Amino acid sequence: MLDTVRDFFAAQPPVLLWALAGVLALLTVAGLTARGLTLANPGKDYRELNTRITSWWVMIALLAGALLAGWQATTALFALISFVALREFLSLAPTRREDRLIILAAYLSIPVSYFCIVIDKYAIFLVIVPVYAFLLTPFLMASFGQTKGYLSRVAMFHWGMMSCVYNIGYVPFLMRVPDAEAPAGAAGLVLLLLIATEFNDVAQYVWGKTLGRRKIVPTVSPNKTWEGFIGGWLSTAALIWAIGPLLSPLSGVGLAVVAISLPLAGFAGDVTMSAIKRDIGVKDTSGLIPGHGGLLDRIDSLTFAAPLFFHLLAFFAVEKF
Amino acid sequence: MTWLRTLVITLVARPLAMLMTGASVTGREHLPVKGPAIVAANHTSHVDTLLLLSIFPARAVAKVRPAAAADYFLKDPVIGWFSRNIIGIVPVARDKVRSDGEDVLRPALEALGRGEIVVVFPEGTRGDAEEMSRLKNGVARLAEAFPDAPVTPVWIQGAGRVLPKGEVVPVPMTCAVLAGPPIHWEGRRTPFMDALRDGLLALKAQAPPLRWS
Repeated sequence: MLDTVRDFFAAQPPVLLWALAGVLALLTVAGLTARGLTLANPGKDYRELNTRITSWWVMIALLAGALLAGWQATTALFALISFVALREFLSLAPTRREDRLIILAAYLSIPVSYFCIVIDKYAIFLVIVPVYAFLLTPFLMASFGQTKGYLSRVAMFHWGMMSCVYNIGYVPFLMRVPDAEAPAGAAGLVLLLLIATEFNDVAQYVWGKTLGRRKIVPTVSPNKTWEGFIGGWLSTAALIWAIGPLLSPLSGVGLAVVAISLPLAGFAGDVTMSAIKRDIGVKDTSGLIPGHGGLLDRIDSLTFAAPLFFHLLAFFAVEKF
Repeated sequence: MTWLRTLVITLVARPLAMLMTGASVTGREHLPVKGPAIVAANHTSHVDTLLLLSIFPARAVAKVRPAAAADYFLKDPVIGWFSRNIIGIVPVARDKVRSDGEDVLRPALEALGRGEIVVVFPEGTRGDAEEMSRLKNGVARLAEAFPDAPVTPVWIQGAGRVLPKGEVVPVPMTCAVLAGPPIHWEGRRTPFMDALRDGLLALKAQAPPLRWS
């Protein structure tokens, strides 16, 4: 039994295991710091911080498990993530009782899109949601005779499917990159994307907390500052420049473009989702993840970063796509 | 049969509730884990019962008995078997008001006597999601018979969208379940019902905006 475990880990690219170990180490440091803070300041309530860190452990365990298990597990996990994200979005967006069957149809875009990932048909995946679900949804709505607020409701469904289903689908598609084309395997590419995106969020927050003064998008996100944004941008670009060549086939110009643009995409995704939440009047998209809010809150940066990362990789370094 | 019921609720009902509704619960600490106890919730959909069964910890689930209309749930033999043995309802004969002298709440009172947790919907029927209907007095009678049993108000937001009254196809939508601090029978019906209504409305005010536009 121990042999099977040992062989399993031996078959993984060493860089991948080091990267995962690095993430676990970071999480352990965070956990110990939280413990230390709780002991040092017994008066202050650190319950939220501790819940946040526990949730991180769960999320990272699920992701790491799926990545190590292979593309099938990763695709299944992200199909579930897309489902929960779409459910959160459609539950908050201004849907009407007449839209129920359209909502059901929108959920169906998940097996359709993910099927394209399973059969590895990139060309179909690329268009089936942005073009065909886009055309089918308004046609279905018109067929049901629903024309009140037609355009805005059509746009709402399209936005939900693009953001939660199509854009997120790029992450498991990364797992179909042949191992020969990536130094740490396909899982290394996913890990780079996820590490860079999450690091960007955390770095923006830390820089904002320490140096933040001038607000950047006050009507949408009152907590974001220019200092946080620039600090996060530079830190993440440096991180990508440093670990990019280890986890992906990117180098030179390609690496530079990814390093500069990926943090920007993450910020854009975050701000866009915040604008939607502000319009609806909620702070969290749901209460699913203790200490963090909803799933959509957690993956909003990813909805913009995933397609950009995929397309830049395909353009600069990966032959398959 | 209790083991089968606990198994079905833990392995089928709970994952189904999470898939269909996300089943987020606030105020979990207010939910009773032993009886006799009464849980009073608003009612907009059959999904309410599914949610209420799913939010209790495994050790308490066997004691949870949703009160349900006998005329609706025991009509069909298959649904009747399922309602009695899997959902574990305590039947309330809504139509037999005073015809043969039998107390319509007798099954519920017997359940409380056995130390179970009875879940009631004081509105009496599935109502409008936005306007809570007038609460019926049955819950006050139960509390009066068991004054030591805590009455926990629970507000369920959004279940009416998953399966509205009159629809057959359920659609996954986020729901929120909010449990509030329990109230106790103090001796008089009107203050008790007022406290219950206020408790439910206070929870409704905290609920996320999960409603049709």
